[in-house]
Amino acid sequence: MASEELTSSGYIKHHLVNLTYGRDAEGNWGFAETAEQASEMGFWAIHVDSLLWSVVLAAIMFYFFRKAARRATAGVPGGLQNFVEMLVEFVDDSVKGSFRGKNELVAPMALTIFGWVFLMNLMDLVPVDWLPMLAAQTGAAIFSADPHHVFFKVVPTTDPNITFGMALAVFWLMIYYSIKVKGLGGFLGELAFQPFGKWMMPVNLILEGVSLISKPISLSLRLFGNMYAGETIFILIAIMYGAGLVLGSFAGLLQLGWAIFHILIITLQAFIFMTLTIVYMDMAHAKDH
Amino acid sequence: MNINATLIGQSIAFFLFVWFCLKFIWPPLINALNERKKAIADGLAAAERGQHEQELAQKRAAEVLHEAKQQASEIIGRAEKRANEIVEEAKTDAKQEGGRILTAAQAEIDQEVHRAREALRSQVVGIALAGAEKVLEREIDASTHDDLLNKLVAEI
Repeated sequence: MASEELTSSGYIKHHLVNLTYGRDAEGNWGFAETAEQASEMGFWAIHVDSLLWSVVLAAIMFYFFRKAARRATAGVPGGLQNFVEMLVEFVDDSVKGSFRGKNELVAPMALTIFGWVFLMNLMDLVPVDWLPMLAAQTGAAIFSADPHHVFFKVVPTTDPNITFGMALAVFWLMIYYSIKVKGLGGFLGELAFQPFGKWMMPVNLILEGVSLISKPISLSLRLFGNMYAGETIFILIAIMYGAGLVLGSFAGLLQLGWAIFHILIITLQAFIFMTLTIVYMDMAHAKDH
Repeated sequence: MNINATLIGQSIAFFLFVWFCLKFIWPPLINALNERKKAIADGLAAAERGQHEQELAQKRAAEVLHEAKQQASEIIGRAEKRANEIVEEAKTDAKQEGGRILTAAQAEIDQEVHRAREALRSQVVGIALAGAEKVLEREIDASTHDDLLNKLVAEI
């Protein structure tokens, strides 16, 4: 990291930029080398690190799930099957508890969300410099990039795109099933004629519209905010390692404590995302408001 | 922190993974779970049924035992009665036999007495004759005095 001097704010900023692939100001496709470049790339750019980690984690998860599913028997379950069954049963209970409609999709979706979000959050517990360092070295060695300009964020859920992507997918499903179950008229009627009756239609539209739009936003921002804050604190703690032996060992203690506390947040956020998805799907299927 | 096409990519990935889960992961696992649940429920029901049956069998066994005891005591009672009867019978038989033997002995004794008397009688006749001969110093013609002798014999 010779090109710039290493400051605390530089360190933090570096950790908060994604590895972005897109078209730069001159119109050439490539990876952004600075945060400014990354934001100049506009909408048609991709955070390679977030997407890569989210897909890789899901693939790992589903590899094990599939392994368990293929060997699933009603007899005495093995270790892996036992674990996966525990998850399945937990998710199934949650779905049975909050979802009153009939839809084969909801429970598998809830399982996917829970496991996936949990794993993506779990990446937060990997010490903040390990994987970015590895990526920087790899980038320098293979693609002959300046290691300081290789950005790498390993926690997909600290990228609002990832959380928004999932929340929007849930949102589209919600609207799709709302229209499918209640009909287009029923869905629009819910927006227009509640809660105050048809003479107050504009007010109803504003109220219900806001509550509808707020669902995916709150769903994604809640997860993003929690994970982003957690990640930032890990980065701040990591800065302390450079501040001498006493503060460094104190930082080690802090990191341990925060990581243990963070396990709770990780699981809780995954669970909240799943439960809210189930509840939203239930609302979409409920004929009486 | 820029909103960009990653969002679309994640949405597509999300739908793909949900579809994969719906197709290949959820059904076999939930089927296995339900099957096991059913198997356990069946097993528990069978165990309960078995217990119930065992209770019934125990009750029946107790009944049979009770009946057997009753029968045994009945049989013993009958046997005692029969034994008493046999003893009584034997007693009467013995009494009858004794009486019969007594009668036979009595009859024999009477016969013996009679025979002895007859013998005595004929001997008395002889003695009387011999005595008379001695007195008369002559032979008495037995044929001439036959009637006299017979009278005497009849008198004895």
